Amino acid sequence: MSIQPPLEPHEGIVDPAENVENAIELKEVEGLSQGRIVLRRFVRHRGAMISAVVLTAVVLLVTTSIGWGPIPGWWQYGYKELNPIVNAGGAPTMGFDGGFTVGSHPFGQDNVGHDGFALVMRGTQQSLTVMVVIGLLSTTIGVVVGALAGFFRGRLDDLLMRFTDMIITIPVIMIGAILGVLVGGANPWSLAVALSLVSWTNMARLVRGQFLTLREREFVDAARVAGASSARIMFKHILPNAVGVIIVNATLLMASAILLETALSYLGFGISSPEVSLGQLINEYQTAFATRPWLFWWPGLFIVTIALCVNFIGDGLRDAFDPRQRRIPTRRALAKADARKARARAKATASA
Amino acid sequence: MTTDYATGGSPAAPGPDAKAPILEVRDLTVEFFVDGEWFPAAVDVEYDVRPGEVLAIVGESGSGKTQSSMSLIGLLPPNGRASGSARLAGRELLGLNHKQLSSVRGKDVSVIFQEPMTALNPVYTVGFQIVETLRVHFEMTPKEARARAVELLRLVDLPNPEEAVDKYPHQLSGGQRQRAMIAQALACEPKLLIADEPTTALDVTVQAEILKLMRDLRHRVDAGIILITHDMGVVADLSDRVMVMKNGRVVESGTSDEIFNRPQHTYTRQLLDAVPHLGSETLAAQGLHGDHPVAEGAGALRVSERPLGQPLQRPGTLDASQTGYALEASGLVIEYPGRGRVPAFRAINGIDLAIGKGEVVGLVGESGSGKTTVGRAAVGLLPVAGGSLKVNGVELAGIKPKDLRAVRQDVSIVFQDPGSSLNPRLPIGESIGEPLKLHKIASGADLDRRVESLLDRVHLPRAMRNRYPHELSGGQRQRVGIARALALSPKLLIADEPTSALDVSVQARVLELFQELQREYGFACLFISHDLAVVEILSNRIAVMNKGDLVEVGPRAQILRAPQQDYTRRLLAAVPVPNPAEQKLRREERDRLLAAAAPAGTSAAQAAVADGQRVQAFEDEQITNAGRYEGNIRPRGPVDGGSV
Repeated sequence: MSIQPPLEPHEGIVDPAENVENAIELKEVEGLSQGRIVLRRFVRHRGAMISAVVLTAVVLLVTTSIGWGPIPGWWQYGYKELNPIVNAGGAPTMGFDGGFTVGSHPFGQDNVGHDGFALVMRGTQQSLTVMVVIGLLSTTIGVVVGALAGFFRGRLDDLLMRFTDMIITIPVIMIGAILGVLVGGANPWSLAVALSLVSWTNMARLVRGQFLTLREREFVDAARVAGASSARIMFKHILPNAVGVIIVNATLLMASAILLETALSYLGFGISSPEVSLGQLINEYQTAFATRPWLFWWPGLFIVTIALCVNFIGDGLRDAFDPRQRRIPTRRALAKADARKARARAKATASA
Repeated sequence: MTTDYATGGSPAAPGPDAKAPILEVRDLTVEFFVDGEWFPAAVDVEYDVRPGEVLAIVGESGSGKTQSSMSLIGLLPPNGRASGSARLAGRELLGLNHKQLSSVRGKDVSVIFQEPMTALNPVYTVGFQIVETLRVHFEMTPKEARARAVELLRLVDLPNPEEAVDKYPHQLSGGQRQRAMIAQALACEPKLLIADEPTTALDVTVQAEILKLMRDLRHRVDAGIILITHDMGVVADLSDRVMVMKNGRVVESGTSDEIFNRPQHTYTRQLLDAVPHLGSETLAAQGLHGDHPVAEGAGALRVSERPLGQPLQRPGTLDASQTGYALEASGLVIEYPGRGRVPAFRAINGIDLAIGKGEVVGLVGESGSGKTTVGRAAVGLLPVAGGSLKVNGVELAGIKPKDLRAVRQDVSIVFQDPGSSLNPRLPIGESIGEPLKLHKIASGADLDRRVESLLDRVHLPRAMRNRYPHELSGGQRQRVGIARALALSPKLLIADEPTSALDVSVQARVLELFQELQREYGFACLFISHDLAVVEILSNRIAVMNKGDLVEVGPRAQILRAPQQDYTRRLLAAVPVPNPAEQKLRREERDRLLAAAAPAGTSAAQAAVADGQRVQAFEDEQITNAGRYEGNIRPRGPVDGGSV
């Protein structure tokens, strides 16, 4: 959602008496737009903020290290290069060897000499691509289907919702596997598009519910009386009000998308060799778990980190968009406020 | 603390027969933690309540009247805290832990909430909920508890208590629900009863009944009652003592007689003046003809004879000068389409109503009478099922969506709840300018200029155009709603209870503004309200509706001073007046009217209630549904398409 421009400071209020009636609850949102309120609540959510930082760091690392498209990389090895094995068995060079050392292969090497770090970076790139594409595409499909069904109701609604039901009844992993094989596994883009086609259903239902609720609100009637067309009501009036639900659900969808991709690749239906993804890496090296566990642990760690971060951010967004969310003040904040008040009182008595 | 009275809540000279106070509140301060600061919601509140006495706490929203009372039983939101002292029969209430509070709540102190539909649990029967309260606090067998529940329902005059005990809340009417709620509150014979706006959600006639019940009860059960309300009329009816609060402080307190007849504080006087006083306008303004664009009685008085069976006044046809009507309904029928097995429901039953150009017609009736339905049909939000409805000369029955757009250039509507009728995601300037933009009347800098001039018209600062609705107070929002409705300079304005969601003093200002704008723009107006006193201030003529029929239409002086129909008379008698002495007279008059009507029209009255309930239930359902759709529920609703 767009962050609204900052508001002008309070000026020229005509009727002071009417201003007084603004309730105490409004004090928190005084002079702020909806977008700013949400942003403020989000920034307060500690888990979400840490996750946002971690996720940004991961994305930065992944994009710059081995390079991505036009972005040049600073890491010395490519993910397809075969290098001489440095440590015995390709063990990681990173560790505490009289002080912290990174070495030339910090995540280790596999038996033929691929650099573990480069592989994991490349795998994360692919998994992130799949995640973002699924997130955007299935959100779009879901929003369009849900909006049409919820707004027009009637026969169109029945039709769209039965179609949605049909897709829901088939296990996603099964359709995903079939589509994945059909479109050919090597390309993450086509896999992402294929998975998007089956993962929009939940979004469609939620958006439909939102539209059904919002279309009964009086401001929609007001817009209608003002002469607004159906398209304008849908996109200008209803959609911005449903944006909270959409964003939250999109984030959670992305978290499950990365797990879905991993699962498919692990099963061998997703991205396949020579291309790498996190799931594919795990699949490829599961047999080497006993001898070269680092090949298994690092991709696993990245999957868990990304999924966790995205979930936390989704959680933070949900709290931020929920207008009923009341923050229960912490004890420290309470003590601070009390101290401030006592000081103010002391000052007042001193001056008097 | 700087209140300008000395005695606090304890009157200096309690009568010789006064009992010891059941509740003593001293230095009660309630604060809310918002954004790192403590904001006081109530400061140094002091009062006593004696058994059998009603203390009314009056104030506008945000005055701290509710929070200061709720703090007594620990019902503050998590970011609130209370300090000071509140002793119930000598026992300190503040600072009790959760367990101790549970034993106090319901047993020693109980609460009657504002909205009985939400305060009663919809999945349990009324009886179950009362039994539950009883068995939590007393050792009782289920059978005894049930017998007691029936007895309680009888105490609150619920018809057929033996049957009502097994009914679910949605099977009862609004007034009956409130009675059940009161029965539950009385279940454990509390020492203190807190009634938080007990009649605000009810119709005037039902309100009158509930007030009567509460008046009876205070003698039957010897409890102290704290009545929280913003309605001076209710206070006049019920209270022994009154405490006026403003911005968290007590500005004045005294006996009912003192407050109403000799108010000391300017705020109290303002509050009393702001209450629309039924009858004031018609009695005072005899030279009315000059003030209004259309002289009374000169226009457009046409009434359906059908529901009455007796001829009504028909002062001839129109003046030659009047070239047409702004709104003309003849035999208008409006139906809510059926859903599945439920047949279509007829909300408007063939009414004839006409509004001349520049004329203000007030439409009054209880909830469920279909008055809002008429308003919504006039702007094309509901389809006309039968008869004819002409707005500015264009027939709305069977109109195509395309043509509707043109009609809407000349008619607009102000909605009841400004909170929900403004898009929360649009700055108000955009909301106001939308009609202009959509009808391609203005754009760019011209649009900006026109929006600013509209803001000027409704006395809002121009700087507010970039604000969002949630930053505005209720009154300001309603001004925005009015500005939007006036953007296209409509010939006909539908005002659907525009002030019922506002505080009295704010309501007074909005009504003033409305009058001013009506003079300035000269639009015709259908002013829908349940409040006769409000309608009286604005209207040339008044139409009274009851369960989908027009009962009576006439010039306002005639409706208010010489109503022809019993229904109108009952409606008039039910309006509480902020004057204890006068209110007493009116009450007696009303009882007499009801008694007279009882033998003749019992069954008819019951049918009326049932019918009204049906419409109400339907409208309720629409409202509840609005917030209840889940993704998994299939719609069964009317299929009216989005293009309406």
